[in-house]
Amino acid sequence: MEILLAIMIGVLYAAGIYMMFRRSLVKLIIGIILLGNGANLLIFLLGRLVKGKPPIIAEGSKYLSEAYADPVPQALILTAIVISFGLQAFAIVLIKRTYKVVKTEDLDQINTFDEFE
Amino acid sequence: MVLLGKWVKTVLWWLPMVLPAGLFVYFLSLGTATQSLSYDWLPQLGVRLSLHLDGLSRLFVLLITGIGALVFAYTSSYLKGHAYLDRFYGYLSLFMGAMIGLVLSENLISLFVFWELTSISSFFLIGFNNDQSASRKSALTALIITGMGGLSLLAAGILLGYVGDTYSIIELTQSADYLRAHPQYSLAVLLIFGAAFTKSAQFPFHFWLPGAMKAPTPVSTYLHSATMVKAGVYLLLRFTPVLGGTELWQSSLLWVGGITMLYAAFHSIFRTDMKAILAYSTIAALGVLVFLIGMGSNSALQAAGVFILVHALYKATLFLITGIVDHETHSRNVLQLAGLRKVLLPVAIAGLLAAVSNAGIPPSFGFIGKDLMYEAALHHGAGAWVLLGALILTNVLLLYAGFLVGIKPFIGPLPEKHAHLHWPSAWMWVPPVLLGVLSLGFGLWPVAASRLSEVFLPALGLQPPPALKLWHGFNLILGLSAATIGSGLLLWFLLKPGEKGLARLQKLAWLSPERLLGGFARGVGMFSVVWTNLFQHGYLRYYVMTIVLVLSAGMGYRMFNNYTWQTSFTPLLNLTVYEVSIVAIMLISIGFAVFSKSRLAAVAGLGVVGYAICLLFVFYSAPDLAMTQFTVDTLTVILFVLVLYRLPKYMQISNKLTIARDGLVALTFGGLVTLLALLVLEQPVQRDVADFYAANAYLLAKGKNVVNVILVDFRGLDTLVEITVLSIAALGVFGLLKLRLKTTERRG
Repeated sequence: MEILLAIMIGVLYAAGIYMMFRRSLVKLIIGIILLGNGANLLIFLLGRLVKGKPPIIAEGSKYLSEAYADPVPQALILTAIVISFGLQAFAIVLIKRTYKVVKTEDLDQINTFDEFE
Repeated sequence: MVLLGKWVKTVLWWLPMVLPAGLFVYFLSLGTATQSLSYDWLPQLGVRLSLHLDGLSRLFVLLITGIGALVFAYTSSYLKGHAYLDRFYGYLSLFMGAMIGLVLSENLISLFVFWELTSISSFFLIGFNNDQSASRKSALTALIITGMGGLSLLAAGILLGYVGDTYSIIELTQSADYLRAHPQYSLAVLLIFGAAFTKSAQFPFHFWLPGAMKAPTPVSTYLHSATMVKAGVYLLLRFTPVLGGTELWQSSLLWVGGITMLYAAFHSIFRTDMKAILAYSTIAALGVLVFLIGMGSNSALQAAGVFILVHALYKATLFLITGIVDHETHSRNVLQLAGLRKVLLPVAIAGLLAAVSNAGIPPSFGFIGKDLMYEAALHHGAGAWVLLGALILTNVLLLYAGFLVGIKPFIGPLPEKHAHLHWPSAWMWVPPVLLGVLSLGFGLWPVAASRLSEVFLPALGLQPPPALKLWHGFNLILGLSAATIGSGLLLWFLLKPGEKGLARLQKLAWLSPERLLGGFARGVGMFSVVWTNLFQHGYLRYYVMTIVLVLSAGMGYRMFNNYTWQTSFTPLLNLTVYEVSIVAIMLISIGFAVFSKSRLAAVAGLGVVGYAICLLFVFYSAPDLAMTQFTVDTLTVILFVLVLYRLPKYMQISNKLTIARDGLVALTFGGLVTLLALLVLEQPVQRDVADFYAANAYLLAKGKNVVNVILVDFRGLDTLVEITVLSIAALGVFGLLKLRLKTTERRG
């Protein structure tokens, strides 16, 4: 499964990067979301996959004694998911506003250049 | 000074000159003994505010305060009623304080601080007429050049402090032999040269000095006769006992000083603006000083010390009379000025005295200075005649330049339009006359100057010289002096000043260092524009592509160079049906998200990817992640649909080639990430941190869900910050949704 997941992550990364190369603002956001998912899965995979052993201390016990899934990457990913949600929500609304003002979602037309003297 | 500004301009106009005059008397009263004063500043770094008054500093301090007092007095009349007179005194006092600090500093770091202060305050003084663009430009040029020198001095100071293990100049002098043998010696010397040559306007850094003539004349007088530009000479003298005496030190100084003095003296005789003549003759005089330091013998250094005084006296006089002439006639062109002796008699006398001293005609002080110079060159040993020849040629040209400023405007018939002129205020004509008389007086009674000269050489660690004398009897040196004066006078009668010579020189101007530097600056500017346009093009996707390509190249190089592939993947190929089906679902929905022509389908695909990941989290023991992912994914999709459903269809902009290129780059990167993941999976896993949390989650934090305990307890502060970030994002979303733009802000 690890190999399959590694390939999966590669595909997510490739899809994300590809979408970020597009000129459309919406595709850019989709790309960022895909890339974020890929990164989360990568962290998760590198913490090793453990089936059916969540890091939760059993009733009556005071610590995790048997094998269990690594809680540290999970905590990391949880933070990442939440933060990226903040980013996505803001970006989506921003796109909406931008579109209302400039009537295009083409990144190249939104561009303004600093003029050199 | 600032508080009293209003009164300084009107009633209390005499107040500012009390300061330099008082300091002058104070330093004079200290006698000739060496004195020191020291405070800790940054003791951890060995930086002290050490003041050290020896023969060398004394000469400079007396010049700075003495001429300073006269310049302050002169200014009170010269700039009478000027709107910013108070500001001017402020800058001038700051500059004077910095100069005094500079020559008294015994610590390399405080020396640097004062050095920079002189650069900065001189920037304000040169650019004092800040409504003229030429003035601003000159000030900036001067600041850039001397600022470069300042950096060089800082580097030299740090290097010497590192090598010699002290920032004290006296202690460095004691370990001079060690320093001279050190491998970093040449670097230190070059850095010191960089500082001294820029400040003292040596070729090829000389061009800021003529530009600095845009300043009001009192500033030119002060900066160029006695203080600012002599700081470089002071630095060289101060470091002679530390770094001097080697082939590198001496021959570079001889070359640079020699080229500077000949180049500038030659230029000076073709100018017609009095201040321009003085500017170039000042550069030439500085060249002579560097040249003398380069000779390095006892007598040469004595000659340098005496010549500093000689030059300060006559050059300040010439600048001051230039100021008066400019002030009264509104012209500085020697071709138009004539016969002013009839209306400005005291000024003419001062000019004559200064020109005589400059020419080295006995019995002026300049004669003694020139005598010492020739004597030093004559006893130099190898190449003495070449050195002597260069000095004589420079002196002949300088004589001509001095006559042009000091005598030419005052002889001949007086033009009609200047007939109505009358004597300026005594505050203006007394200072130049006083200095002119001093030039003569030191010549007639050299004993007065001898006291300064006696302590000057011991400050450099040398034997005290014989007393100064005006008359040495008939000898070769007297003959050389006479020859100099004779050929100078001959040149004076043969060569009439005119515009032609200058015009001819201008043809060579493209070769001058100033032009080269200007061209260099433009070149750098153009290069940076090209560079910026190349890399800062403003296209987001090419920025991303650059990052991805660089990252891929780095990762790829490392992976294929340093790793041997030795894994057997069989234990990882342990698949179940639902795992495979989830991966298949994900692949299909990613395809939708990327390739769909409909935005809605793409968003739906995105949602399915999220849910699939959610399921993976459930399978592999991460229930909290699954819940979070599920919520967030749902919210994102809803938001997407709600907000974006009204947007138009996707544009089809990219052509096939672009798509192929982007796809290739993206797939390469994705492939590399897959490989990276597999490589990491080969490595043994480190679980120390995990074990710590697993063991302590309940015992320390009383929680059974370890992931939750980490987030809200062990790393609780991080979570708090995360919540803050989310709140800010929420506020931003809210603000954007509520924002109502005015019609004027809507651009089509």
